[in-house]
Amino acid sequence: MSNEAIIHGADVHTSHDAHHDEHHVHHHKETFITKYVFSMDHKMIAKQFLITGIIWAFLGGLMSVLFRLQLGYPDQTFPFLEDILGHWAKGGKIQPEFYYALVTMHGTVLVFFVLTAGLSGTFANFLIPLQIGARDMASPFLNMLSYWFFWLASVIMLSSLFVQTGPASGGWTSYPPLSALGGASEGSKTGVDLWIISMAMFVVSSLLGGLNYISTILNMRTKGMSMTRIPLTIWALFFTAVLGVLSFPVLLSGFILLLFDRHAGTSFYLSDIYLASGEALPNEGGSAILFQHLFWFLGHPEVYIILLPAMGMVSEILSTNSRKPIFGYMAMVGSLFAIAILAFLVWAHHMFVTGLNPFLGSVFVLLTLLIAVPSAIKVFNWLTTLWRGNIRFTPGMLFSIGFVSLFISGGLTGIWLGNSSLDIHLHDTYFVIAHFHIVMGVASFFGMFAGIYHWYPKMYGRYLNNTMAYIHFWVTMVGAYLIFWPMHYEGLAGMPRRYLDYSSWVSFNQFGGLNRFISIVAMIVFAVQLLFVFNFFYSIFKGRRVTSQNPWGSNTLEWTTPIRPGHGNWPGEIPEVHRWAYDYGKDGREFIPQTEPVGANESHH
Amino acid sequence: MSLTTIFILAILLLGFLITFQIAKASEYVGILKGEKKTLEQNNRINAFLLILFLVGGLIGVYACHELFKGKILGEAASDHGQKIDKMLYLTIIITGSVFVLTQVLLFWFAFKYQFSEKRKVYYLPHNNTLELIWTVVPAIFLTVLVGYGLFYWFKITGDPPKDAQVVEITGKQFNWIMRYPGKDGVFGRKYYKNISDAADNSLGLIWEDVPALNLKADKAAQDDIVTDKMVLIENKPVKLIIGSRDVIHDVGLVHFRMKMDAVPGTPTTMWFTPLYTTKKMKEITKNPDFVYEISCDQMCGKGHYSMKGQIEVVTQAEYDIWMISQKAKYQTAVLDKQKTDKPATDSAKTAIVNPVAANAVAVKK
Repeated sequence: MSNEAIIHGADVHTSHDAHHDEHHVHHHKETFITKYVFSMDHKMIAKQFLITGIIWAFLGGLMSVLFRLQLGYPDQTFPFLEDILGHWAKGGKIQPEFYYALVTMHGTVLVFFVLTAGLSGTFANFLIPLQIGARDMASPFLNMLSYWFFWLASVIMLSSLFVQTGPASGGWTSYPPLSALGGASEGSKTGVDLWIISMAMFVVSSLLGGLNYISTILNMRTKGMSMTRIPLTIWALFFTAVLGVLSFPVLLSGFILLLFDRHAGTSFYLSDIYLASGEALPNEGGSAILFQHLFWFLGHPEVYIILLPAMGMVSEILSTNSRKPIFGYMAMVGSLFAIAILAFLVWAHHMFVTGLNPFLGSVFVLLTLLIAVPSAIKVFNWLTTLWRGNIRFTPGMLFSIGFVSLFISGGLTGIWLGNSSLDIHLHDTYFVIAHFHIVMGVASFFGMFAGIYHWYPKMYGRYLNNTMAYIHFWVTMVGAYLIFWPMHYEGLAGMPRRYLDYSSWVSFNQFGGLNRFISIVAMIVFAVQLLFVFNFFYSIFKGRRVTSQNPWGSNTLEWTTPIRPGHGNWPGEIPEVHRWAYDYGKDGREFIPQTEPVGANESHH
Repeated sequence: MSLTTIFILAILLLGFLITFQIAKASEYVGILKGEKKTLEQNNRINAFLLILFLVGGLIGVYACHELFKGKILGEAASDHGQKIDKMLYLTIIITGSVFVLTQVLLFWFAFKYQFSEKRKVYYLPHNNTLELIWTVVPAIFLTVLVGYGLFYWFKITGDPPKDAQVVEITGKQFNWIMRYPGKDGVFGRKYYKNISDAADNSLGLIWEDVPALNLKADKAAQDDIVTDKMVLIENKPVKLIIGSRDVIHDVGLVHFRMKMDAVPGTPTTMWFTPLYTTKKMKEITKNPDFVYEISCDQMCGKGHYSMKGQIEVVTQAEYDIWMISQKAKYQTAVLDKQKTDKPATDSAKTAIVNPVAANAVAVKK
């Protein structure tokens, strides 16, 4: 047998079956353009979001490697950087303006383009119709527009990297006056305009997507799929969409005011400013803090927009691979709901040291620490789901376990930062970087990886290579802790964020060796992500073929579709649902799909 | 591109190729061995690695702590700082215990309940008692933390004692300007459009009438002292009035554990009591180079990382001597320069306390 035959199986029936399925589904003619470019099939749009997200994740990660190079080796020069970056790395040394452009773009790209569009965009599109039993989204056309607005946003953001004065460089939060005044920073010239326009396109994309997700989940569930029977992935994606729809418009309003301040002579955010160039600006009476309120009114829900889909997918994958029902389904839904509500009531915990009224601050302390309660419920429920299960460590499962571990580690430090008196010391230090990278960045990435490994067979009808997957998991898991755990100590020492060189500071120069260590690990972890990207694209064409309809023995509806479902998902009738999604290990049976009617002798829970 | 770069890239590429070949080969082997057997084998290896990760991780956490504990907090140099450190220790005890407990459970469960042909899973969809326990217990601990936190928060952000020293600090790209009120104890008025670095008036103090801006001279401004270093008195509460000339900065005082944004157009304040003179801190930290540094903790542009200020904490006697040596900014920036043209008028020393201006810190026109 040839290697190809080993890997794909010599099973003729498989390809015949696949052809058979397609025959049913493809009742309209598809061209390359309608199938791969302006596709209205939710599955193809999901793949478009995913692949665009992967490209952005590569760029965003590469940026972090560049600035880690500066942080790890502040006293060295790297001539090859000048070859690539030109005057941004004069003499092989990353210039301060460019360093700040890198951190700004790294944050913007990863928060919005990768972990919002790449995560929600991919899995909401892919899973909602498949798991609730719908042929497509409520509006496939808006869905297509959602992707193409994201694409437009991507192109504009990318183009800002090539502007002479550089891309936006005031941090991903873009606080004015810094972001409003070209005279205060080079990046605030053309860079911020492009940044705002790109973000506006992004908000449109996210609203079109979000409204679609909500209406699809509410209206298009198949027969028998009541709201209490939908998988937790769908609940999580539902709350995510609600958060996005309610908070992104506020962000947009903040950006529009910023645009007015930049070009129309208004003073929403500007007051009493005398630039170093010797120019006193005419603006008086604005409040720079207003922008922070508008920004964080989205900004905080945004971290849950990033985190909830990961939580939902992890719940689903943990249960499937423990061969045991998710523990406390209703409590899981309730805690998602509680988190979604509280997400709107805690934004000012990012602003404890802005001069905020201390009483107002205390209210936000209370509400912030309240989030720890639903978070604790989720963690303990995940742990109980594992307890007395029969666990298969598929790559998706490993990433899910990794997610829980990271969510615990990063969530607990949130209790430190949410307590305003501690925040006075820890605010804007490396402690914050460690906290949000672990709990929001890496944890959500783990949720995303878990989702990709778990649903890849459904997306492409092939498996990812397992060995590369395990290498990917273990190096990333160990690496993530090695990178971010020691940063807590730098933060406790008060080391501020967004410094490109600490060597001139008596208070912060004790961590030179540690910074170098972190940089080296970061580069190794980045290299391993390239291995994943390679595995991803290679396996689309050459991966081991999926030969059974339900490879994970899962209960949910997507595994009742053909191995490579066409547009419309089910060749015949949409299946009817008779039970919740988590009947694993019930009455001695390994799993009972949602489509199976409840038997007469079945036990109740 | 240099030779080393090409060399590193070649090594990377080779590493990828080898990994890829191994991965491919193991996939063939896996299929030949049978899917079930491969799954069981992978399962055992990964379960073992998970428990190894737990043990290694916990040892790593301990080692990391041993390695860095001497480099972090040091002695808190203010009364507020001591409260914050106390909070920190309480929080680390609670969250640290939860951390160890939950991580151990997570990895131990994963290891213990790894796939086995013989195991029958326990069908447990929910249990109200358990869920109630892990809703209520965290809530109780959080209440304790919130209670302590807010108790200190209100102490720290409350009003400073009446006898507190008052110093103004203003951020600009990329350094700090300090102002003392001078003999009259009153900060004179300033206006940002009156700022002129060329005329050595970096804060826009209204020393003289400025008809163009419709400003009347404020005598209280004439004895104000402007410096680039902050001198504070040991054991005497100090209130900082914080402002910014251009973008948002942040007065970060790591040894005092204090921090407050400097916002253009909106003055902010904070207060604390320095407990040790710089000299004493040199002994406490055993670092002869010790200085109280002011770091900018809010991204403010390309020089953000180098926006450094300095505080020197001294005894009252040393402070008095220092203060006598300081000249009013009006004196050095205007009068001394006029002296070269004509004899000086001694107006700087005749500043009158103006009760209206006494409360006006950053009054606009």
